[in-house]
Amino acid sequence: MASANDIKIDDYVDITDVVCPVTFVKAKVAIEELETGQILSVHMNGGEPLQNVPRSMKEEGHRVLKLTANDDGTYDLIVEKGEEE
Amino acid sequence: MAVDYAVLKKGGFMRQKQKNRFSLRLKVVGGHLTSNQLLTIAETAEKYGEGYVHLTSRQGVEIPFIRLDDIDEVKTKLAEGDCEPGVCGARVRTVTSCQGKAVCPSGCIDTYGLAEEISERFFAMDLPHKFKFGVTGCQNNCLKSEENDIGIKGGIEVKWIADKCISCGVCENICRVKAITTEGGKIIVNEDKCNYCGRCTKACPVDAWENNEGYIVSFGGLFGNTVWKGEEIIPIINSKEQLFVVIDAAVDFFKNHANPGERFRFTIERVGKGEFVKTIKEAYYGFGK
Repeated sequence: MASANDIKIDDYVDITDVVCPVTFVKAKVAIEELETGQILSVHMNGGEPLQNVPRSMKEEGHRVLKLTANDDGTYDLIVEKGEEE
Repeated sequence: MAVDYAVLKKGGFMRQKQKNRFSLRLKVVGGHLTSNQLLTIAETAEKYGEGYVHLTSRQGVEIPFIRLDDIDEVKTKLAEGDCEPGVCGARVRTVTSCQGKAVCPSGCIDTYGLAEEISERFFAMDLPHKFKFGVTGCQNNCLKSEENDIGIKGGIEVKWIADKCISCGVCENICRVKAITTEGGKIIVNEDKCNYCGRCTKACPVDAWENNEGYIVSFGGLFGNTVWKGEEIIPIINSKEQLFVVIDAAVDFFKNHANPGERFRFTIERVGKGEFVKTIKEAYYGFGK
């Protein structure tokens, strides 16, 4: 699999400005705007969002590819959009 | 006829300051009451009490201002609505629990089911002094496991499944105790650091973990006149059978060694912690042999 650096990001959403459960809602809305196979980068805080968003993405049928920890305590989750239901 | 207050207290009727009035404690397990029970409690409080209840510090319900003369009628009324009086005095008290994994996303074990089993086996058992059990589902410890004579905290022992892992890095970053590291694409879990919180496996987007539920037991907690944190003296327990063997050993130790009116912690201190640890370790390591 390609490393995070090689992955082409199609869209980006920042969920550091909201708290649970809006974090996932915001990420969900962003990924719904993409086509199957496109890649979303989700910028999030540690703790609650990190605990729940990757898992919820999977449960919605998307594929988590990578998580990058940034120096400022935030994270970037790289998700590939799954098949439309 | 003289009123036997000790018998009433044993049956959950707590004598109030006010003459011939009692606060009736009900039996509740793990803070779980059905809507039907709540309706019965409300009706009883309205008719026989003063129209309110007190929620106790340990998930119980008390109906204050019950008259001595109404006690039998109240018991009948409650029984019709699946409610029964609780207990007070020197015996095993209400078994408390959080909602556990049946409801809570953080829960590692079925706390409510376990609380029911413990209650089934021990509730109201006469002992040298009061004895409290509490069951909490995970490291968040909403049910304050260590303040109980015997506290049980749910945990998950994890084992990495290499084939399923996509090396996304979520587990390593979510771990609060830094027990997870990645070395050359392999996930290493430091067992000395892992606190069994289960955050890694719960956050994992591909289920790359084998989960093994367990019970972390603490002994001798007190949170009254004296405050003492219950202590863990054995490793996490993986089977319910083994858990009950260990609990039985602890309760027997209390039954056999305690002076009347002496809390579990003080029995352990007086008889000797070494002696108690030996008893518990024998039960733990002797299981299945």
